[in-house]
Amino acid sequence: MSMDIDITLTVNGERVAERVEARKSLVDFVRDDLGLTGSHVGCEHGVCGACTMRVDGVIVRGCLMLAAQCDGSHVETIEGLSDSGEVADLQAAFEQRNALQCGYCTPGMLTAAQELLDQAKAKQSVPSRDEIREHISGNYCRCTGYHAIVDAVESVAKARAGVKS
Amino acid sequence: MKITADSPPVLSVLDRPNSYIGRAVPRPNLQRLTQGRGQYISDVTLPRMAHVAYLRSPHAHARIVSISAEAAKKALGVVAVVTGAELAKVMTPWVGVLTHLKGIKSAPQSPIAVERACWQGEAVCAVVARTRAQAEDACELIDIAYEELPAVTNPETALDASTPVIHASLGDNLCFERKLDVGEVDKAFAGSHAVVEATFVTGRHTGVCTEPRAVVADWNEGEQRMTVYHATQAPHMMQNLFAKHLDLSESQVRVLTKDVGGSFGIKVHTYADEMATVALSKLLKRPVKFVADRIESFVTDIHARDHRIKGKIGVTKDGVITAFEIDDLTGIGPYSVYPRTSGIEANQVVNLTGGPYNCPNYRAQARVVFQNKNVMCQYRAVGHPIAVAVTEGLVELAAAKIGMDPLEIRRRNLFPDDGYPAQTASGLKLEQLSHHEALAHLDTMINYAALRAEQAALRKKGIYRGIGFASFIEVTNPSAAFYGVGGAKITSQDGATVKLDAQGAITIHSGVTEQGQGAEAVLAQCVASSFGVSMERVRVVTGDTDNTPYGGGTWASRAAGIGGEAAWQAGKALRGNVLAVAGAMLQAKPEDLDIRNGIVVDKITGAERLGLDELARVAYFRPDTLPPGFQAELMVTRHYVPRAWPFAFTNGIQASYLEVDTDTGFVKLLRHWCVEDCGTIINPQLVNEQIRGGVVQGIGAALFEQCLYDERGQMLNGNMADYLVPMAVEMPDIDCGHVVSPTADSELGAKGAGEAGTAGAPACIMNAINDALRPLGAQPLTDMPFTPGKILQALGKV
Ligand code: FES
Ligand code: FES
Repeated sequence: MSMDIDITLTVNGERVAERVEARKSLVDFVRDDLGLTGSHVGCEHGVCGACTMRVDGVIVRGCLMLAAQCDGSHVETIEGLSDSGEVADLQAAFEQRNALQCGYCTPGMLTAAQELLDQAKAKQSVPSRDEIREHISGNYCRCTGYHAIVDAVESVAKARAGVKS
Repeated sequence: MKITADSPPVLSVLDRPNSYIGRAVPRPNLQRLTQGRGQYISDVTLPRMAHVAYLRSPHAHARIVSISAEAAKKALGVVAVVTGAELAKVMTPWVGVLTHLKGIKSAPQSPIAVERACWQGEAVCAVVARTRAQAEDACELIDIAYEELPAVTNPETALDASTPVIHASLGDNLCFERKLDVGEVDKAFAGSHAVVEATFVTGRHTGVCTEPRAVVADWNEGEQRMTVYHATQAPHMMQNLFAKHLDLSESQVRVLTKDVGGSFGIKVHTYADEMATVALSKLLKRPVKFVADRIESFVTDIHARDHRIKGKIGVTKDGVITAFEIDDLTGIGPYSVYPRTSGIEANQVVNLTGGPYNCPNYRAQARVVFQNKNVMCQYRAVGHPIAVAVTEGLVELAAAKIGMDPLEIRRRNLFPDDGYPAQTASGLKLEQLSHHEALAHLDTMINYAALRAEQAALRKKGIYRGIGFASFIEVTNPSAAFYGVGGAKITSQDGATVKLDAQGAITIHSGVTEQGQGAEAVLAQCVASSFGVSMERVRVVTGDTDNTPYGGGTWASRAAGIGGEAAWQAGKALRGNVLAVAGAMLQAKPEDLDIRNGIVVDKITGAERLGLDELARVAYFRPDTLPPGFQAELMVTRHYVPRAWPFAFTNGIQASYLEVDTDTGFVKLLRHWCVEDCGTIINPQLVNEQIRGGVVQGIGAALFEQCLYDERGQMLNGNMADYLVPMAVEMPDIDCGHVVSPTADSELGAKGAGEAGTAGAPACIMNAINDALRPLGAQPLTDMPFTPGKILQALGKV
């Protein structure tokens, strides 16, 4: 009843060739087929952001994209962002500020925040607390109430811009 | 911004050298989670593991006429299709009652419905397959014939003679009823200068944990042993229940929790589909995994807070509260949830209403009725948000009626700080609270006078801002009075086992569990402080019934106050044992020695005498060099349970500042404050984050969250697009303040902090909205959630 498709892609810098069901979502693919369980599944309908990852440099909802659509793409998950050191300062700020409790939203939250920080860097600006809140509003966190997350992202934005907090 | 301690450390007698008590140290185990390398139950895979999907009743109430599964059984990857009747041979049903809730009744509930489905979403058939997708595909091939039965969906008429009875064996739809009449209520109302009545509605809502419920059950036929990887708050409770209903001994069941993606009371109950998954593993002799998807979470995760309360308050013209009266009606599901029951929430509403106030006259009635909707049970701050909404709503309405400032009326009625121990009209025993100090602290923190001035100035410009308050008390550190006395195998005590390893580092095993609140950090702080090592030398193990002391887990804000005390005591005891070894090695008196920063020192001079690594080396590998007859004991266990007080009540007050757009009905939250008193603060950062997260959960209930049902018992908004939860952009910054009144029941003096935020926030938001709209002559809003439509209605605009 289902169709299989061969895909070849790069995931966290590794070349991967797999046969996937056409209906399989990207997040199920990285979790179940590649064992990259840092990307989480919270709703499977594009609302919670727990599955946020990067495809060809842009953040996507891993539950709204099919693995088959990623043939030839570069996919980056939290494991890759961690190992490359790209978000090390953001992770450290989250840990210091207790900007995570259960941690289920955290990989998606970090990935979304990193996008904002990249945009801010390109504009050579520091996002306001309201802008931070706006940007992470596609990522649901039930535990923290968001305040600590905003603090952590704000501190990194300032540090990266060389602004004293 | 403040990246480290956002509150100054609180010093106390617990401040040993190198003490971590009162310090905002980061949690030791976070990198795993920030790197996406945690292990949630949804991540667990085992060899030969199969996946189960449940076919769920589309009807709120229906007889299951037939189940045709031939095609499904032959489908690709399918291992088994199992009905309720088949599973009943493996697992016994349960009844959710407690003996201390007099008269509570419920009907036997099965892991999978047998003959009859009683709510939309109840599992009626299980399909086990090699993948979840294959299991779901096969579900599509199953044909179930239903005969729809009338659904009971209106609590107001649930007890009418003309309403069908859901469980004929029970005689009626009443699950539980409680009445209380203390003091002279009628006389007090008659002697009041003003009496205010209002009907409050708290919307049925649910936890929406980011990680849905998940369980992997692994029955090993060779070992005759069940291992359950379970996202639960209470592993030992679940061990007992799995064993009991599979007819096994508890030693045949091991429950492991690992990381849990949020729980908030959602993951502390018996869920039929989780019980079924465990039974399926036993039946099929292989690991079976179940992870609820979001849609099934909405119709099966417990709901909570579906209450309608008629409330009444009397006051004198001087603002003295003369009496409270409430009539609470709550519609639960078709079953009282096992084992904590669905009666506790209403019971708590009766216990807690009027709780902060020194008012001897109180009458209450609460009725809990069965409904053909998803089950209701305890969710973060059980009953508190409802009781606080009624109490604080009435207090502010009364203040408005007699023209008194809302903080002033509280000052005149809150239990005096020097009047403890005290007892509420409902009989709650209060050890030591600090309502007045908390209120004074809040008054300063929000700069109340200036805020009122700003509000008045903006009103002239047509901008309507409101300031609302909510005083509250919170139940924490429960003793056996909560569940144990009612016959449930839910332990209130907890234990900690601490051991010195062969390199002189510490491992602690604790019966409480980590749900993200920071329990493991608190345990590490306690044991590091009382033993005398740096936190880096402490490893914490929780969530494994094979390897931790018997304990209650995490609920009712007990992990820090109870689990922390056990850890503190265990660390102290191990220090004594280690110093005995050091004394023997150094030919010194143990009482002249101490352990500081991982080194045995001279207690008076602080001079370093012996490293723990060397001590451990000798004790483990060269015990022959120790004096004859001396035995080193380098692993100790201590347990703790509150005995002097049934509960360690905490208190606090919240304030909300918000703006209502009177054209659209939208509410913009500008700022939120909470001052609370959880006794000794072990980690101010963790306390504050519990408060903040809790406040936002309460705000969700006040403004957005509601499980909407139609009259046929169909949930109308069971997905995350239609059921609204708070997102970052709508939430305000939240400031926290503290007063510290330690409990004398433990050496640590810590009470719980996990639920205070959720307890007070909805009332606070309600009062702020009504404060904003009062000059416009709007009807007071008391029906949560306060959607733009309801606000416009109150303003008479729609
Ligand atoms: S799982 Fe993808 S947005 Fe929720
Ligand atoms: S930390 Fe638990 S959902 Fe965000």
